[in-house]
Amino acid sequence: MNGNNLEPVRLPNRAPRPTLASAPSGVDTASTSSVSAERPETMPSQSPRRLASRRPPLVERTTELAIRVLAYSAVAAMVLILIFIAKEAWPLLTSATIHREVTLAKMWFIQQWPGYDAPEHIWQPVSEIPKYGVWPLIVGTTKVTLIAMLVAVPLAISAAVFVSQYAGHRTREIVKPAIEFLAGIPSVVLGFFALMVMASWFQDTFGFDSRLNALVAGVALSFAVIPVVFTVCEEALGAVPRSYVEASAALGAARWQTITRVVLPAAAPGIAASIALGLGRAFGETMIVLMASGNAALLSANPAESVRTLSATIAAELAEVVFGGPHYTVLFALAVLLFVVTFGINFIGDQAIARMKRRMGVAS
Amino acid sequence: MSRSSLRPSRWPHVGDVVLWLATGLATLLVLVILAVILIDVIRNGVPRLTLGFLTKSPTDGMTAGGIFPAIFGTVALVILMTIAALPAGVATAIYLHEYARPTAFATRIVRIAVNNLAGVPSIVFGLFGLGFFVQFVGGGMDKLFYDGDKVFGQPALIWAALTMAVLTLPVVIVATEEALSNVSPDVRLASAALGATKFQTIARVVLPQAVPGIMTGAILAISRGAGEVAPILFTGAAYFLPTLPHSLHDQFMQLGYHVYVLATQSPDVDATRPLLYATVLVLLVLTFALNASAIVVRSRMRRHLSRSHG
Repeated sequence: MNGNNLEPVRLPNRAPRPTLASAPSGVDTASTSSVSAERPETMPSQSPRRLASRRPPLVERTTELAIRVLAYSAVAAMVLILIFIAKEAWPLLTSATIHREVTLAKMWFIQQWPGYDAPEHIWQPVSEIPKYGVWPLIVGTTKVTLIAMLVAVPLAISAAVFVSQYAGHRTREIVKPAIEFLAGIPSVVLGFFALMVMASWFQDTFGFDSRLNALVAGVALSFAVIPVVFTVCEEALGAVPRSYVEASAALGAARWQTITRVVLPAAAPGIAASIALGLGRAFGETMIVLMASGNAALLSANPAESVRTLSATIAAELAEVVFGGPHYTVLFALAVLLFVVTFGINFIGDQAIARMKRRMGVAS
Repeated sequence: MSRSSLRPSRWPHVGDVVLWLATGLATLLVLVILAVILIDVIRNGVPRLTLGFLTKSPTDGMTAGGIFPAIFGTVALVILMTIAALPAGVATAIYLHEYARPTAFATRIVRIAVNNLAGVPSIVFGLFGLGFFVQFVGGGMDKLFYDGDKVFGQPALIWAALTMAVLTLPVVIVATEEALSNVSPDVRLASAALGATKFQTIARVVLPQAVPGIMTGAILAISRGAGEVAPILFTGAAYFLPTLPHSLHDQFMQLGYHVYVLATQSPDVDATRPLLYATVLVLLVLTFALNASAIVVRSRMRRHLSRSHG
């Protein structure tokens, strides 16, 4: 066989073979005469490579090598991301200059600050005595994430149940693209909407003291989480084998009984995964909380107060810090924290999806 | 899943009415949220949206004029991003789908990386872009070629585009892989039966058929890249520039960043509000048009495939 011309001569008007009628014209670029002459009966089971008398040409081998190398770009990206944010955060552990201002212990443990009556966790990196207590940020992030999840998860799972179990074809054709559109709204637009419109509505309705607060940011954030949870959840519900549903119906179960006792339990790993992926999104989202949360680093559980999240802190403060200084280093350390936590959450979610696929694959 | 065959002949069970109502209302609420956002933006944005707004620069401290530099910067950003992300993403997908053994350790590592890359918070990409592209690569280039003058070692269009390319890589990979798996095994066998090597089969039979799917991925990546702001905060976006960027190491304005700046840093919110709404409308129309075209390309592809499979 000679398959080594990259731009081989096109054979004119070969009599088309019926079995190849649907194959695209690209097929005939491989010179076929030698193969068809010696075409063995066992052709399909035999690797075409084995028939090659010569190695494939250099261009081909180079391109294949390039593909194999480029395939690791995602791995390289992950490794480089970790290395380069960890590298900038590293002096926090080792540099004596930075330790004069901040240490890991000072970030995590409660400190007695001059001028305060009692020890407190305070995030105040730009002040006479810079204070890097991370707990206000962690509590803030948790608060906003929790609100977003409390709003998004019930809505998204319900919508997924409706679309996959009750909705007719036409309804589905409206709802699914609509939710894809919601997923496509840039987070800066959701942040803008929360800041300009929702914040005023919420203040008029609930009479909050601070216009921008954890509740506004959390609800706006839920708009970004809903599509994530919905998409994965809907896929999980759709993957439940038909035989389960039919068996349940055959036993006399009503539709809702089948849904709540057969479909939902069978899809549970997928639903758990959808929640995990939504959580990862909520935890790391930046622009919405940066614009709508008020950005005051308060240590409080009250959802009506302003909050400052980890991601928003990085986004708001990095532009004004001294390169390589203590504040800069601490912000990169926060990024390492964000990276590690979201990696963990997403990893769990992906494992749950993989398990679901295996289970469904075996069951169906 | 057809439910007509499963529907009991009697009246629906009360539990079904409750569950149908509850889940249906939740679905409706999600649609209403979307509609409210869209209506608000359209109603407030359309009056200010003129041709001049799209073709002029901002003036009077961003309270008048247009957003042309931001549109230009966004387009330049996504073009460069696509040039960088597409080859790497398509190659990864080809490797995963055509070459790799699914159970091999290396394959699992690539998959884990792709899945988790999609979940890395966008602000972390921003810090990565600053630490890696701007300081390490850019700074290194300055030391090597420019005697330490700051040319590439500062936030710039090229670094923002590369950062965004890393962020959108998983989008391209996932879409391309789906497209590859939609190519019928028959044509692969037919190609092999004609004596084509694996590479020839991929390059001349499989890839041409997967082009619509790859395009879907590219469009979705562009839509994502056009809307993201956090990754470019520190890697090249600027509040206001008197001139358009004319080289890769210039800073640029971008629509999403423009929205952020107008919404949060403006001294006179009421004066900028109409401009802000119009800018948001432009950004929304852009991302919606991209997403809609991705959906159309994909559904065409599916219809085409289902027809050719008989």
